[in-house]
Amino acid sequence: MGHLANERSIITAYQRHPPGTQPPVSYPAYQSNILRAPAQPLIFLPHTLSEVTGPVYGHGEIGETDNDLTRQHAGEPIGERIIVAGRVLDSNGRPIPHTLVEVWQANSAGRYAHQRDQHPAPLDPNFTGAGRMLTDENGSYRFTTIKPGPYPWFNHYNAWRPAHIHFSIFGRAFITRLVTQMYFPGDPLCAYDPVFQSVPDEKARYRMVSKFDLETTQPQWATGYKFDIVLRGPEATPFEA
Amino acid sequence: MDAIPNASQTVGPFFHFSLTTDAHSVKCLAGPEVPGERVWLTCRVLDAEGAPVNDAMIEIWQANAEGKYNHPDDPQASAVNPAFKGFGRLESGEDGRCEFETIRPGCVPGPRSVPQAPHLNFAVFARGLVKQLHTRVYFAGDAANQQDPVLALVPPQRRETLLAQPEPGRPGHWRFDVQLQGERETVFFDV
Repeated sequence: MGHLANERSIITAYQRHPPGTQPPVSYPAYQSNILRAPAQPLIFLPHTLSEVTGPVYGHGEIGETDNDLTRQHAGEPIGERIIVAGRVLDSNGRPIPHTLVEVWQANSAGRYAHQRDQHPAPLDPNFTGAGRMLTDENGSYRFTTIKPGPYPWFNHYNAWRPAHIHFSIFGRAFITRLVTQMYFPGDPLCAYDPVFQSVPDEKARYRMVSKFDLETTQPQWATGYKFDIVLRGPEATPFEA
Repeated sequence: MDAIPNASQTVGPFFHFSLTTDAHSVKCLAGPEVPGERVWLTCRVLDAEGAPVNDAMIEIWQANAEGKYNHPDDPQASAVNPAFKGFGRLESGEDGRCEFETIRPGCVPGPRSVPQAPHLNFAVFARGLVKQLHTRVYFAGDAANQQDPVLALVPPQRRETLLAQPEPGRPGHWRFDVQLQGERETVFFDV
């Protein structure tokens, strides 16, 4: 039994998501959702110590090339070299330092280095497409990669996923954990993509689209994209929970 | 609130080569030197038709045997053994299963001074899920379950879906089925 288990515990709960800013649990336009989404409503859980803590230590070693996906093999991958940079913030505008950001993506031809991706586009022996990094003390992260290609899938007739990079971020609590995708500006496929369209609120939806950024762009080397990520922040005042 | 948090998007079918490589999976949440009752938990994820979900990722977050989390915001005074991570992450196999090794957590402080029964905080990510699903794993037969403030929020007939069951004849081994949809659908929480 914890030393405080019988005593009062003061915790700070996390803010709830504004309506429409997250995809609904049940979203049948995405075929794989139909047999996997729970049919019963979720049960509202007031936050306890279990929800407001989370894994913040010991994410293992970050390798020297983990934030440069173009340098993980003997040669250079084919494709448009890009730099993706941004900050991880909470919804109160505070940076989230030293948190793990993991990314994965298809190669420039739209093919994943994954045995279950069998669509007829070439693998690139010089590109795996996985990276990881910690945010710095200002919540900033940055990595170099190549721009992923769009790829076909079987969700509906002539279905193509827009080019995207998957992101996985921890934050400070188990309930701030976020897995999302970053899209590219002006991609016409977003309009037809049920995954992108699963977010009802238009503003929240377009927050998933990165911005071309000349400051991040490096002359004679790589174009740059800015992508800030906001995680849930704590409520203003602690309470006895 | 200054900014709207980013929306979740599905983890998709192709996360393994980034999130659950040998280097980045965490099967053991507590090293052998961590005090506590050793637990091997076999989880299985099933869809509405009872088919195994072979492309899920499960993450677990838990307190140590004294009910303390390995986190700076846990106000309890006791120290946490450095070999105790409290975090686990595995992909499901072809049969929808994965097995974690850990210790049974202690009671954790809860609302209005009511302790929470030993539990694992449990998140399921998978193709088809637009956002991870949160649930909790309690241990069947634990007397503290009767007073647990979170189990009390769950209709009595559905509480059983949150209980890991001991495997007969295999001390320390427990099973927990996650039924994503259908009869005996697991209770998931809006956190």
